[in-house]
Amino acid sequence: MNAKLQSIPDAMGRFGLFGGRYVPETLIEALNELTTEYEKACKDEAFQQEFHRYLNEYVGRPSRLYFAERLTKEAGGAKILLKREDLNHTGAHKINNSIGQALLAKRMGKKRIIAETGAGQHGVATATACALFNFPCRVYMGEEDIRRQKLNVFKMQAMGAEVCPVTTGSRTLRDAVNEAMRDWMSTVGDTHYIIGSAVGPHPFPWIVRDFQSVIGKESREQCIAQTGKLPKVVVASVGGGSNAAGMFFPFIHDKDVEIVGVEAGGRGPKPGGNAATLSHGAPGILHGAFSYVLQDTDGQTADVHSVSAGLDYPGVGPEHSYWKDSGRVKYTNVNDEEALAGFDLCSKLEGILPALETAHAVVEAMRIASKLTKDDVVVVCFSGRGDKDCYEIARVTGESLE
Amino acid sequence: MNAIDAAFERLKIGKKKAFIPFIAAGDPDIESTKELAKTLAKNGASIIEIGFPYSDPIADGPVIQAAYTRALNKGLKIEHILKAIAEVSQDLEKEKILVPFVAMVSMSIIHRFGKDKFIEGCLKAGFSGLIIPDLPVEESLEIAKDLKKSGLSLILLVTPNTPKERALLILSACSGFVYCVSVSGITGERDKIPEELLKNLAWLREQTPLPLCVGFGISKPEHAKVLRDHADGVIVGSAIVKHIETAEKAGLPAVKTAIANLAESLVSALNS
Ligand SMILES: Cc1ncc(COP(=O)(O)O)c(C=O)c1O
Repeated sequence: MNAKLQSIPDAMGRFGLFGGRYVPETLIEALNELTTEYEKACKDEAFQQEFHRYLNEYVGRPSRLYFAERLTKEAGGAKILLKREDLNHTGAHKINNSIGQALLAKRMGKKRIIAETGAGQHGVATATACALFNFPCRVYMGEEDIRRQKLNVFKMQAMGAEVCPVTTGSRTLRDAVNEAMRDWMSTVGDTHYIIGSAVGPHPFPWIVRDFQSVIGKESREQCIAQTGKLPKVVVASVGGGSNAAGMFFPFIHDKDVEIVGVEAGGRGPKPGGNAATLSHGAPGILHGAFSYVLQDTDGQTADVHSVSAGLDYPGVGPEHSYWKDSGRVKYTNVNDEEALAGFDLCSKLEGILPALETAHAVVEAMRIASKLTKDDVVVVCFSGRGDKDCYEIARVTGESLE
Repeated sequence: MNAIDAAFERLKIGKKKAFIPFIAAGDPDIESTKELAKTLAKNGASIIEIGFPYSDPIADGPVIQAAYTRALNKGLKIEHILKAIAEVSQDLEKEKILVPFVAMVSMSIIHRFGKDKFIEGCLKAGFSGLIIPDLPVEESLEIAKDLKKSGLSLILLVTPNTPKERALLILSACSGFVYCVSVSGITGERDKIPEELLKNLAWLREQTPLPLCVGFGISKPEHAKVLRDHADGVIVGSAIVKHIETAEKAGLPAVKTAIANLAESLVSALNS
């Protein structure tokens, strides 16, 4: 294993081979400006304090690290601890990044915010931050997702955001990112694009990872305080990779801690049937970065599938590709059926409804825990709550909430 | 001499400006692409840009994006494009029509297809240069070397918000011509030529001997009339693709007539 893993991207915005900037020239200046401002903000005590003040007082941090007794018993091995990002304001980890980037936008004197969203969690988090900091906000969302996630559309609009339907291409998250980038190309002067995961051109993957790292930092301290030691294994779900990057990064140099990322296995390994980019993809370019991607032999982005809208993305953040190839993090996947069963089990045993994304991580954590001893600890990033998925789960299990 | 350099040499001698139309390969189908390329070549095109359809073209507006989607939905592959352009190149050569082709292609495609294989394919097909709209100059150094070895031009873009220092770096890595983007934004028709653009062109003119061609939003003879005194050519995309969009309903002959007329009006506006 690589002993000296990079903590920050190099001058070309790369983690090892991965990352960089594959975007039109029009965006380069905005990305340079963002990099410079972010570097300053990192060293600015006042900025960091303001960020953490909002995380604590508005988001409700630190989130709990909760000992899931009945899941632990069910798995029959290691202790399972849930890092409760679902208890954050707006119900998921996404708000950590949205608050951080909104503060950056304010610092840069930007007047307007845009964002993309798939299931709507990042859209809601960004609409929230924009209400809080008084930014006009436009959220790009695939027509298909708007139909599936009416509640989140309502929430965004209630907070004053404009939800802009994307009718191009696959009409899902991937095209929402394209559309947000196009908007940004015409508005770079006064607009900041709050990207929703640890993806995109440099410096976005780095910034998002940093703003989400509060998850891993708190978990690490809480785990030591509660159990007297570091976890044996840390687990998180991987869509674009923001909750996972935030959870993993503070543990990367703890060489005895195993780290496992869980992707969407969907209906199975056949092309188009899953969104397990690191398991089934290959290095390529998507949305401005060089990273693993699901594409055909001509470089056309593949269709993907997952029951969980937040994992249904054909790319992944470049730092995960770096961690994968260096061997530091192991990436696996959990399929639709297993994730739905995990949702059920977690709800029934703990009285906590996980988001379907989160359910993927819970399933893998239980598998891992079952092979360890009761002295071991497995920490899971419980990235979000399941309310948003109730309609979809009812639909696929043949019930109706109408 | 590279065919693009030669084309500008000829234009210079004839005191003419370049008309560079863009079409999306495979729209409405690859056979039609051959026909349309020939129509443009015979109606005053100085160079022809062939867009390689990509599933996620972030620099493109709705018109070109829709053309790409149409082409990909019909199962268009890179090999089909290379084969079609090879055939057109041969046909034009037989008729002694000298119009170089430039590939407009995403780095996503080049990388996955294989850089060396792609360059070789372009050479065989008769392409003379590449425009890679999502490859900023910093990332272009490696492929620039390979292209140079192969005798292909690498046409880079300068935008209104490119700082001067950076523009110089771009100019030093660029060959064939400089793609001067008229506005900050995506491809698509626009009404007016921004004042700022003319100033930028004047500045660029002092920095480089390379031809300056303006694209993004150029659609009308009036644009060409303004630009002919400030640039060496214009690139026209969406306005042409919009005609091709009607191919299904109107039929290919009608589209050919329409783009021939548009080409003629632009060429005469550029050179009158
Ligand atoms: C609750 C939850 N978990 C995980 C994800 C996956 O995103 P990421 O991989 O960026 O954390 C999402 C995305 O919408 C989400 O809402």
